[in-house]
Amino acid sequence: MGDRLLVTPSPHVKSTKTVQGIMLDVVIALCPAAIAGTVLFGFRSALIILVSVASAVASEALYQKAVKRQVSINDFSAVITGLLLALTLPPHVPLWIPAIGAAFAIVLVKQVFGGLGNNFLNPALAARAFLLAAWPLHMTQDWVNPMTYDAATSATPLAGFNATGQTAFTLKQMLLGQRPGSIGETCILALLLGGLYLIVRDIIDYRIPLGYLGTLAIGTWIFGKPGAFFQGDPLGAIFLGGAFIGAFFMATDYVTSPVTPRGRLYMGIGCGLITLVIRLWGGYPEGVTYAILFMNLVTPLIDKYVVPRYYGSGHDKMARKGGR
Amino acid sequence: MITIIKKMIGGVPVPDKKELSEKSPVGFAGIPDELVLFVSQHIGASPVPLVKPKDTVKRGQIIAEPQGFVSAALHAPTSGVIKAIEPRFHPVQARMCEAIILEPDGRHEPVEELSPVASDLDSISPEKIRAVAEQSGIVGLGGACFPTSVKLTPPEDKHIDTYLLNGSECEPYLTADHRVMLEQADKVIFGLKALMKASGVERGIVCIEDNKPDAIEAMKQAMSRYDGLELAVLSTRYPRGGEKQLTQAVLGREVPPPPGLPYDVGVLVSNVGTAYALAEAILTGLPLVERVVTVTGEGVAKPSNFKALIGTPVSYLIEKAGGFSGTPGKVIMGGPMMGCAIKSLDVPIVKGTGGILVLTKEQAAQEPILPCIKCGKCIDACPLGLQPLWISAYAERGFMEEAESFRAMDCMECGCCAYICPAKRPLVQWIRMAKSEITSRRKARRQS
Repeated sequence: MGDRLLVTPSPHVKSTKTVQGIMLDVVIALCPAAIAGTVLFGFRSALIILVSVASAVASEALYQKAVKRQVSINDFSAVITGLLLALTLPPHVPLWIPAIGAAFAIVLVKQVFGGLGNNFLNPALAARAFLLAAWPLHMTQDWVNPMTYDAATSATPLAGFNATGQTAFTLKQMLLGQRPGSIGETCILALLLGGLYLIVRDIIDYRIPLGYLGTLAIGTWIFGKPGAFFQGDPLGAIFLGGAFIGAFFMATDYVTSPVTPRGRLYMGIGCGLITLVIRLWGGYPEGVTYAILFMNLVTPLIDKYVVPRYYGSGHDKMARKGGR
Repeated sequence: MITIIKKMIGGVPVPDKKELSEKSPVGFAGIPDELVLFVSQHIGASPVPLVKPKDTVKRGQIIAEPQGFVSAALHAPTSGVIKAIEPRFHPVQARMCEAIILEPDGRHEPVEELSPVASDLDSISPEKIRAVAEQSGIVGLGGACFPTSVKLTPPEDKHIDTYLLNGSECEPYLTADHRVMLEQADKVIFGLKALMKASGVERGIVCIEDNKPDAIEAMKQAMSRYDGLELAVLSTRYPRGGEKQLTQAVLGREVPPPPGLPYDVGVLVSNVGTAYALAEAILTGLPLVERVVTVTGEGVAKPSNFKALIGTPVSYLIEKAGGFSGTPGKVIMGGPMMGCAIKSLDVPIVKGTGGILVLTKEQAAQEPILPCIKCGKCIDACPLGLQPLWISAYAERGFMEEAESFRAMDCMECGCCAYICPAKRPLVQWIRMAKSEITSRRKARRQS
């Protein structure tokens, strides 16, 4: 027998799950929101998405070439970063905004810390925070009215909602995304479709979006209306800002969220609480970006203290109590 | 009484591939030109050879006698001449081990004193059953090879109330236990009753995964002849048949962390193959000289179940199963999850070998290892509640104390984490490395 037999340690069979497959599923799950954004806010949105994705992929390839690492753009993770960043941008930003933002996300947030799996902040959100600080006017004023594609003078509807506790948008308008906002955040139905797809495919843990949106909805219901308790509008809170896209697609990022089921629930609740505090008592109308970034930083701490229950631990507990 | 159990902590749904060989009745593999019998086939002290080169032996004749408490006898599987006693490569222990080389004469002549010990359980005492187990060289055939006579003699302070007969056979591909239950249900149940009598246990539970409905039916029939036996039908999920998993699922009891054993919570667990071997020893007097082996995988032409003599070369068995289909990629002793890949087919089966699995070149192809993306799937999959990603990450970087604090020593190497890992990281390999390093450090500390 000329061919040699392979000898490797067990197990000798592996599941069909791959990193590439998981990332591709996330890309697929983001497609409805990207399409909805293009329909709602015009062709320009598609251009922003394209530039952002292209910049992310190109920066990853160029950086990896420059530092002589293996180029890993075929794992689709850079595509996700570019896509996510674009979906959180106002539809009228100049095209250099996504170009710079995506490059920042890939090089300064992801690659310099070691690339995939080693970044401690969500790259898309960190880039968004950077853009918000560097070019605040573009990031907070370049809104577009849905379907008419003319520039909206009003800010995101969230500012008014936070001040008064109510909104003029109907439930149908909110679900279909017929309100000014970031490209991918407004169409709740599209986001829900993608989010449920990821849950059904066992890609993301439902505990993060549930904990996040649940906490935010209940908190807004209790504290949302100025001067009164238990009269806030919980649906407006989760449908009118970026909470929905954040809860399903940003806070669930594997690398920057806890690894245990219970830890993930805490991640969601933490994101919900911080978003609530920023929105109701802080200076920004929206709190999703900073809430998730803050919880990214808390993730190692959660992973340290929230650990699964190991088999047979009951015996150790009993022994510590002095029994047996 | 029949209990249906679906719940399980952790585990992975591995395609079971039992269809390849489950319909193949157990046939005698035949007598090869040479049998290689490792003197030590089990956990514990090595027995002492009683034969020397040029001696003639007969089938069932004792050729090595146990020494020490945890030990087991070894017998000649067929008649023939002892060719040599020399070191041979042990496929599972991966080192040279002393082996008795037997050249069969083809007559398969049994030794004269081979005769039934008893025909029913009323006429045999618990002490006698334990003695038969010891003299017949019976060890746990689930793979661990722990001497059965020792298992049947738990320390005085352990109160054992339940015997679990493990017929789950959760390793994919393997169908040896399945066929034994289907074809020899009466003897298996007889063996279980013997195990129960020998250990003074009243309650016996037969545990089978629900992917073997015909075996469940056969065992149900056989069980109906006795009182006090229960049946637990468990959903098919790897590693359902781990003794800790079984104890937890069937009785709701958790075995203490290592060195804890099921007897610490009043349970003994034996494999159906072990019960069958004990029944054979009592009813016919034949010691453990042969066992049922599944030769399977997409890489063999005719996946089959054989009754093979201990010491039969792997190459002989693969030949009997129609040879390779195409170029083999990997040959594994045991199942795909916990089995041991071998580099040469020129090695014999041992008492613990339940299967020979041949994977094709495509199946054996190595996928590139990617960085951990912290998806947490290994945590969900671990049936022991460990966090393989952290243990392996520490082990990889040489932080053994941290690996130990993450309970590396609890790991039973079932392989669920590495199976599910989308980045294809060899998690078990690193954890295994951590375990051996921690063990040697502990030893060094004890000595200093």
